[in-house]
Amino acid sequence: MVPTHSASVPTAPDGPTSPGSVLEGRIVLDARDISRALTRISHEILERNKGLDKLVLLGIPTRGVHLARRVSERIAKVEGAQVPLGTLDITMYRDDLRKQPTRGPHHTVMPPGGVDGKVVVLVDDVLFSGRTVRAALDAMNDLGRPATVRLAVLVDRGHRELPIRADHVGKNLPSARNERVMVRLEESDGYDDVRIAPMDSLVNHGVYQDGAPA
Amino acid sequence: MSLVIKGASLRGEKTADLLIRDGVIAEVSTGGGFETLVGARSSTTGESSTTEIDADGLVALPGLVDLHTHLREPGREDAETVLTGSRAAALGGFTAVLAMANTSPVTDTGEAAERIFDLGRLAGLVDVQPVGAVTRGLGGQELAELGLMARSRAKVRVFSDDGRCVHDPRVMRRALEYIRAFGGVISQHSQDPDLAGPTACCHEGELSGRLGLPGWPGIAEETIVARDVMLARHTGSRVHVAHVSTAGSVEVIRWAKAQGIDITAEVTPHHLLLTTDLLAGYDPVYKVNPPLRPDEDVAALRDALADGTIDAVATDHAPHARHDKEHAFVDAAFGMLGLETALSVVSEVMVGSGAMTWSDVARVMSQSPARIAGLDGHGGTLAVGQPANITLVDPDAMVVVDRATSASLSRNNPWHERKLTGAVVATVLRGAPTVLDGGLV
Amino acid sequence: MNKHLLSIDDLDVNDVSVLFDTAAEMHDVQRRSVKKLPALRGRTVVNLFFEDSTRTRSSFEIAGKWLSADVINVSAKGSSVSKGESLRDTVLTVAAMGVDGLVIRHGASGAAQQVSQWTEAVVINAGDGMHEHPTQALLDAYTLQRRMGTLEDKRVAIVGDLTHSRVFRSNILLLHKLGAHVTVVAPPTLMPAGVTAWSKDAGFETSYDLDEVLPDADAVMMLRVQRERMNGAYFPSAREYTVGYGLTRERLAVLKPDAPICHPGPMNRGLEIAADAADAAQSAVLDQVSAGVAIRMSVLYHLLAGEESGA
Repeated sequence: MVPTHSASVPTAPDGPTSPGSVLEGRIVLDARDISRALTRISHEILERNKGLDKLVLLGIPTRGVHLARRVSERIAKVEGAQVPLGTLDITMYRDDLRKQPTRGPHHTVMPPGGVDGKVVVLVDDVLFSGRTVRAALDAMNDLGRPATVRLAVLVDRGHRELPIRADHVGKNLPSARNERVMVRLEESDGYDDVRIAPMDSLVNHGVYQDGAPA
Repeated sequence: MSLVIKGASLRGEKTADLLIRDGVIAEVSTGGGFETLVGARSSTTGESSTTEIDADGLVALPGLVDLHTHLREPGREDAETVLTGSRAAALGGFTAVLAMANTSPVTDTGEAAERIFDLGRLAGLVDVQPVGAVTRGLGGQELAELGLMARSRAKVRVFSDDGRCVHDPRVMRRALEYIRAFGGVISQHSQDPDLAGPTACCHEGELSGRLGLPGWPGIAEETIVARDVMLARHTGSRVHVAHVSTAGSVEVIRWAKAQGIDITAEVTPHHLLLTTDLLAGYDPVYKVNPPLRPDEDVAALRDALADGTIDAVATDHAPHARHDKEHAFVDAAFGMLGLETALSVVSEVMVGSGAMTWSDVARVMSQSPARIAGLDGHGGTLAVGQPANITLVDPDAMVVVDRATSASLSRNNPWHERKLTGAVVATVLRGAPTVLDGGLV
Repeated sequence: MNKHLLSIDDLDVNDVSVLFDTAAEMHDVQRRSVKKLPALRGRTVVNLFFEDSTRTRSSFEIAGKWLSADVINVSAKGSSVSKGESLRDTVLTVAAMGVDGLVIRHGASGAAQQVSQWTEAVVINAGDGMHEHPTQALLDAYTLQRRMGTLEDKRVAIVGDLTHSRVFRSNILLLHKLGAHVTVVAPPTLMPAGVTAWSKDAGFETSYDLDEVLPDADAVMMLRVQRERMNGAYFPSAREYTVGYGLTRERLAVLKPDAPICHPGPMNRGLEIAADAADAAQSAVLDQVSAGVAIRMSVLYHLLAGEESGA
């Protein structure tokens, strides 16, 4: 059996944690840590790009979408202008489609102005094997031709299986392969935190390796 | 050669021993042995000139007679032959079967009838009585050589275009008039082709509406039965209604008999138990003509069989090669196997429920069909002097039908995996056993 | 989701919702310059059509190709009985080539179900005789839902030759599942056998009077009527049919102005539907066609992309 899928949360991804569910593992980022990390990432993105010119944010559903939106809000505060925001669903581009029960795709929203010739920053919650990002690059290829693609993630937990790296990282979180990294966000789970816990052998989360939600 | 059947319940009534000699029932003894049996006594010495069958717990019936069988030879020997059909018949307890005329070529001449008659004799397991077509080539227009068939060695008395209906009323009238000359009877497959055409395959009703299958309304049968009843009255000739399937047909037949009209009727085992609901899975094994009907019709048919409105059970044994059934339902061939399971179905449905006794079964599966077909050597009362055509039945045997073990060449068996109570254990044709212990001799 | 799509009854309400959501995404894909998704790469889909149907077949073909599947069209027209090869043999021959999905269109009711018992491939019913046409019903309901927001509690009228219509049979099941109130309208000769009992069981109403039903309808589905039915004595003449059951210009005026008009096509303009009605703003006919590809992409994706669900 394939080991280690990091699960974000053992409950419905877009609903709050059910009351009384066991919160496993230890917290590595609390709500304030997350907020600081996102603020820093937002500044880094602007610094690297030297401003808003041609900048576009694409969140990878589901939690990457919320993070992308939060980053765009911070950028708007700093620059006083909106950065175009979109979402990029990767369900149909996964390389493990045949190994999973079929899932319906999420919404893909082209950012205003498109992606052709833009500096696209992909935003996701956890970077793990790199396969989600590879799928996102394939999906983007069918949307248009960006001038540059960069990657911003809240957590990089290592164990890359493909030659992919993040440009902007909220927290580097060394982890064992068999540990789970769970990200919860207010918009989908009711509150913010990032936890790490040992893999529960009784529970099979069946989640894509990078922690993209089931 | 003598044959002794010991301890059978004769037609479910009294227990007796039967002594059979030279193909005839020589003695019926209710106790204390036989007077006419000369020489060493029955079983213990194993005397070679006397075979003994221990029939303790078994019911003895006069050999069963099937008014309606399709033996497929000549023309479709891949589906069945006279020989394989005879084997199936013997296993089913039959000592005589009427072989329908829709062979290829059609049995519409004396020569064709004699050929089938001879094939039956050659097989030697069951008396095969050919049925002659009513119309030439089953075309429904011109009379077949009814008289020549009657005069042939096959002595055809029952005529039928079964598979097709003799639809043209003028042709039906002429045929009925013509057969009066030799006491013939027409067995009519009642299906008005304008009300139920060639694609009709499912009882017309809620299910056919839902499933989108072309409907076969009961009135397509009933209107022909009603018409033929009046023609029978008008011509003074005999009509036999093949495979009655609806309550409406039963009503007409009941009325006709009350009028003294010379009409008889048969019902198949499958129409006594299987209903149209079985078609929901589109399995062509349940495709048959006339189609399976709803519960109300099944109930009416059972009552009619019990009260004598329907005279006989006839199998309409219709073997089909596998590839003829492996089509979409609408395209698949019509028909089911029936010879080997008929007695068990009747036992399960009619005797098991108390609606009929074994004596009634003797009537509907032997005596009445023999009388209708004019087969003097069959359908007796198990009395002294009668030809020894006998079927032994174990009324309590539990049968689980396995289509793979059938003696028929075909496998279109709707009873596969069903549990039935009552089984044929032995069949005797003019004193010679054809089946013993449930297997061919 | 069930392994096959043979009947609308293979789907529960949740399945329908998932299919519609995916179809909406597929609709967006249709508008991009790169219309392909790699989701069915490496899968082989055979369109096994025993009946002519350019429209449905090309719809499935495009759907499969836009998902990067390898799509093959096999035309098996001509009765298998007359060719001497049983239906089972025909299907097994095709399936033996290593097929993942079989899209079957056949002139006999029940054919898709029978075929599913003879092969390991996923079977999708593209229309079996008079029985069902599940993807048509799905695209009809999807189109109506997009136009009306919801089908719950909406009054839908289905008008035409119900007896011979697989579109009607699938739609009756699906619209009921989605909470719509359906009234079917036809002359008595074109109502299916046993419809009285069936309508009570399945919760729809029947009427011979189109003019009575039309003003209250939130949506109308006109079914194609074949002129050949006059030979079967189903109705006396085309003009009498139109006067009694056609969506004429006069009836168009009586219809609610935003009530969508559907037709599975091909249309007999002037017989069951006036040209004005076919081309009216309310007409959803072209939407139905584009929805058809999106729905079929959704169905193919959900039945073929993942591991065998074996539900």
